[in-house]
Amino acid sequence: MAEHAPHSDARDTFPKLLMHHAQVRGERPAIREKDLGIWQTWTWKALADEVRALACGLAADGFKRGDHFAIVGANRPRIYAAMAAVQCLGGIPVPLYQDAPAAEMVFPLRNAEISHALAEDQEQVDKLLEILPQCPSLRHVYFDDPRGLRNYAQAALSSYDNLLERGRESLRRDPAFLETEIAKGRGSDTAGMFFTSGTTGVPKGVVHTYDSLIIPARTAAELERLGEGDVVLAYLPPAWIGQNIFSCAQAYVTGYCIGCPESADTVMNDMREIGPTYYFAPPRILENLLTTVSIRMEDASRAKRWLYRRFMAIAEHVGGAILDGKPVGLLDRALYALGDLIVYGPLRNVLGMSRVRIGYTAGEAIGPDLFRFYRSIGINLKQLYGSTETAVFVCVQPDGQVKADTAGPAVPGVELKFTAERELLVRSPGLFKEYYRNAEATLEAKDAEGWFHTGDAGYFDPDGHLKVIDRVKDVGKLADGTLFAPKYLENKLKFFPYVREAVCFGDGRDRVCAFINFDIEAVGSWAEKRNMPYSGYTDLASRDEVYELVRECIERVNADLAADPELANSQIHRFLILHKELDADDGELTRTRKVRRRFIAEKYGPLVEALYTGRDMAHVEAQVKYEDGRSGVYAADLKIRSAKTFPAAAAARAA
Amino acid sequence: MSAPELQVQENLQRVGEVILSVQGVSLSFGGVKALQDVSFDVREREVRAIIGPNGAGKSSMLNVLNGVYHPQRGRIALREHVFSGMNPRRAAELGIARTFQNIALFRGMSVLDNLMTGRNLKMRASFLQHAIWLGAARREELEHRRAVEEIIEFLEIPHIRRTPVGKLPYGLQKRVELGRALAAEPSILLLDEPMAGMNLEEKQDMCRFILDVNDHFGTTLVLIEHDMGVVMDISDRVVVLDYGRKIADGTPAEVRANQAVIDAYLGVSH
Repeated sequence: MAEHAPHSDARDTFPKLLMHHAQVRGERPAIREKDLGIWQTWTWKALADEVRALACGLAADGFKRGDHFAIVGANRPRIYAAMAAVQCLGGIPVPLYQDAPAAEMVFPLRNAEISHALAEDQEQVDKLLEILPQCPSLRHVYFDDPRGLRNYAQAALSSYDNLLERGRESLRRDPAFLETEIAKGRGSDTAGMFFTSGTTGVPKGVVHTYDSLIIPARTAAELERLGEGDVVLAYLPPAWIGQNIFSCAQAYVTGYCIGCPESADTVMNDMREIGPTYYFAPPRILENLLTTVSIRMEDASRAKRWLYRRFMAIAEHVGGAILDGKPVGLLDRALYALGDLIVYGPLRNVLGMSRVRIGYTAGEAIGPDLFRFYRSIGINLKQLYGSTETAVFVCVQPDGQVKADTAGPAVPGVELKFTAERELLVRSPGLFKEYYRNAEATLEAKDAEGWFHTGDAGYFDPDGHLKVIDRVKDVGKLADGTLFAPKYLENKLKFFPYVREAVCFGDGRDRVCAFINFDIEAVGSWAEKRNMPYSGYTDLASRDEVYELVRECIERVNADLAADPELANSQIHRFLILHKELDADDGELTRTRKVRRRFIAEKYGPLVEALYTGRDMAHVEAQVKYEDGRSGVYAADLKIRSAKTFPAAAAARAA
Repeated sequence: MSAPELQVQENLQRVGEVILSVQGVSLSFGGVKALQDVSFDVREREVRAIIGPNGAGKSSMLNVLNGVYHPQRGRIALREHVFSGMNPRRAAELGIARTFQNIALFRGMSVLDNLMTGRNLKMRASFLQHAIWLGAARREELEHRRAVEEIIEFLEIPHIRRTPVGKLPYGLQKRVELGRALAAEPSILLLDEPMAGMNLEEKQDMCRFILDVNDHFGTTLVLIEHDMGVVMDISDRVVVLDYGRKIADGTPAEVRANQAVIDAYLGVSH
């Protein structure tokens, strides 16, 4: 099945690989796109032809080796053709997030002195034209979809079709030019630049060479035995390095086919039609998919619901083990096979995952139940760890060694170690070259020995799997010096559908305590089922029954923590349920819904003190901002309860 | 590289000659005088709005243009054709399509099928040929499907292609209705309150689509609208009706400054 191209130096850049595929598998599909309701195929040969013409057109427009080229648009064959055309000329494609506001595009354009750009449609063209005065280097803006752009008279603007046309002509006149340009490329040349959002300060352009993209892409492809028969659905932003790895680097390395969805709204449907074999989704998307399924199941007939419940129980019991190739009893196997026929198979089909051989998830912590759900119905979902600076593949869970709470062992060729502060350091062939024109930040992130400081804190579990728990800057220590990773605890709590937000305290203290926000919808419907009348969040927050519910969640987390020697001391001793939902308008959450722990600790200082002084009641008086801009003061007495903690079994054994 | 300059010129001359003119039209239902001696014209490729308070005769005017009502007096000239009364089928054949204030789609049919019905007049193959899926009918259907798919893409509704219209939210149904009217490839499109009952975001979307239709297909648009803000933003010229009479006609700025219009909208003490 998988055919591995020999690692010859001759094919060390994307353009060289592209021309190679056009030769050896010219008629096989390289990209499929759904256009006007029908899947259209670009073969490797067609793609290579388009790229050649496009490159000649760009050269005619004055695009030179070493120039940067901005690309703003969704996954479209033409976007990828443009990237390759730029690379043919020794240029550097800089994909930008298509949902970024115009102002955020100024920095990348100026930083890389971008002279040429491709915009997908009117929306993106408008943004680029808006910032044109601030970016004097930008001289050519090409657009793919001409809709709405007919009356634009800006001199910098021309259509992709026009560029292609002119390119074809100059290619006819001088066919040798491009071959020479492609041959000039080296593996050590810059292949692309990816801007990281930069939560603090200015964004940074992460520079990757062909080597740093191709080597990890090839290693991972060999690990997972990817070949030309594989299919990927490209549905995440091309500006994200992961999408670039999946739809460029690995496609070039293996010759597999990528599918471009018709629009962002049709992804689910398109996925069902294209049937990817290799799939990536962040936990958020997997959760949304599961929610869709659950809602549809609730609307199904009674018989179907019964079947679903019955067989999902079996799947939960043995599905994961079967996928891992572990021994499972004959009866269970037979039942699972039956379930596969009538429940799991159709379910995978609805999810568009019938053919998924390898599925990855990463980016944030995934709930163990969510993770196990996908594995139990026979989808080989695995976790990986990586970042823009490391070209994604740092850790991957190999088949048969999949766990819900780790990111797997290091990929071959990757070295990992931890600093005393538990910060993860990475050294690998996939490391970025530098931050563009930011030597200071480069030095800070990549030390003299070539170790990249990830900023993530974690440790290896007994099997040598990486476990990332939090950002280093958020990790603290309990009074006895053991590790305190608030986000890890909060995530564990939030995996329970009843818990919406949690804020854990413990840095420099003798034990961990927590504020809880329950999920009003989940707890609301729980209350309705038990005929518990309530008026709203605040009312429910004061009920003993709800405290009991939350306590059970916390105790389950505690039991889990007790089993982990590193975290056994982080068990949550006391908690309270906040009288209001944490809100970004009150400054308690960031706009992306991350808790601002320090701010909350200050604002609710008396409550934190009450948690630690052992009282079982606390008085709170807090400013509330209403949505119309007025503010008022809210006062309440909150109950504080204790949760059961467990002896640190594993820790005791280890000690 | 001479293309852009050419396009600019075209833009300057976007609005062309008079394509449709209404001359002294009066319409009454028994004693109710819905329209009294109304005259105005519509130029090619322009966005022409008809506004007025409730009961001013806006929908009646549209129904006259579309041939649903026959005016007792006056005439309508469409290019070289002159009528005193139109009928809807003839209107459609002459390139006039419309949407309705209360959505008039086939609720049980998919978006795609609804749009295909808009191609009805363009179908040339005989019933028999369609029934046995003969070469010509098959080719024709593929061609219609392609035209419809282009509209689906144009209106950004590929995700609901197969969804029954009845299941869609109101704003999307309105968009589908616009799509069905477009499927007939009209030269004049009559829109009856395209933004009625929409929220701000849906209104903005609809405005964009209306302007895009005008720009992309070169369609002449006649629209009735309640929402003054919307009308003033997207129309080239506006006719104002009140109690069946035309009280003003001109560019949005002129109409906005017209005392009779202000009185009609804000009321005036008698």
